[in-house]
Amino acid sequence: MDITRRRLLLLLPAAAVAWKYVQAGTPETAPNYKMTEHWWAMLIDIPKCIGCGSCVRACAEENDVPEGYYRTWIERYHVADWRIERPDVESPDGGKQGFPPSEIGGKNFFVPKLCNHCAESPCTQVCPVGATFVTPDGVVLVDKSYCLGCRYCVQACPYGCRFINPKTNTAEKCSLCYHRITKGLTTACCEVCPTGARQLADLKNPKDPIHEFLRTHTVQVLKPHMATGAKVFYNGMDGSVR
Amino acid sequence: MFKDIEHLVRLAAVMAIALIAFATMRALVVPRSFGEYGHYRGDAIAEIAARPVAFAGHDVCEACHIDVVEQKKQGKHVVVPCEACHGAQAKHADDPASVKPAKLDTAVVCARCHEANSAKPKGFPQVATADHAGGLACDICHQPHRPKIETPAATKPATEGKK
Repeated sequence: MDITRRRLLLLLPAAAVAWKYVQAGTPETAPNYKMTEHWWAMLIDIPKCIGCGSCVRACAEENDVPEGYYRTWIERYHVADWRIERPDVESPDGGKQGFPPSEIGGKNFFVPKLCNHCAESPCTQVCPVGATFVTPDGVVLVDKSYCLGCRYCVQACPYGCRFINPKTNTAEKCSLCYHRITKGLTTACCEVCPTGARQLADLKNPKDPIHEFLRTHTVQVLKPHMATGAKVFYNGMDGSVR
Repeated sequence: MFKDIEHLVRLAAVMAIALIAFATMRALVVPRSFGEYGHYRGDAIAEIAARPVAFAGHDVCEACHIDVVEQKKQGKHVVVPCEACHGAQAKHADDPASVKPAKLDTAVVCARCHEANSAKPKGFPQVATADHAGGLACDICHQPHRPKIETPAATKPATEGKK
């Protein structure tokens, strides 16, 4: 077929449309999910946590977390009667296999921890390349194909929630199971929690039970003085928790 | 006035080439979706969301295992999601015929939650498994989906443990 001027002019728009299609890349995996309609958070009810470690095991399995690293972990606090400012905190293997017997006397309780998905996250602000970011639905994610592994964010996180994955040498952290919540599921840790101590919450959904809970309970976030806009809310948190 | 303008033209040409080279390099190196939502690669969101799931969720389990749901409703374990004990079962849910979940060792699984520990909430049922069962598997006496033992003939509650 000869390319005449007429044919070329006809072909050009078609080529332009095809190029646009190529540029669009892979289609959205969850077509019914609209990022602008959600603002994700989590509620942790400390008096309900039994320290079984189900959340830690589930997180490791769901997200392929390397051995010895934790995207979520459980801390056991022991507060002796006479020194509330200096609690004994331990987290053997992140609480993955449960906990050995606790000391008798004083106050003992479990505190599950994970990324606080801060609205004003210090970790995303220090990234020099834009490999970590807050999504429009309020989840702090890491783009591992763009991360240099410079560790700035690991240092910046006041909650110690980030680590460098030894296999990929990139920063890693809790993704709030973004691949699950965008498909209408809850996170792996919330899914397996046997006592309901962890609840995924959508602050933009007026029907979410979180709003009623926040109204009727005394709820705190970790390190509020750092003004990180943390979105993991703790109910029944002792003053000794750091 | 512009007597020796030639060298200025040459300089302008060099700068124009440098500018074009910069623009071309930038277009090649910066990912297309960078800046779509903010100072990051917009496509990364869809890539992370595309990961496969490992835990199916109890709604999926309950669609088939209706008998277990009925059993659980009669006891306190109604609030315990399936995969808390049975582990990640998305593969089983996708292909129930060929992927079968492993049989659980109740002596291990039950103790994860019910082993006595003073850090656990006071109202939560706890036992020192060594004294309570002496190494026996829990499901010899307890039905895991409906754990309370209800034997009308028993003179004292069986949960007190055996000597």
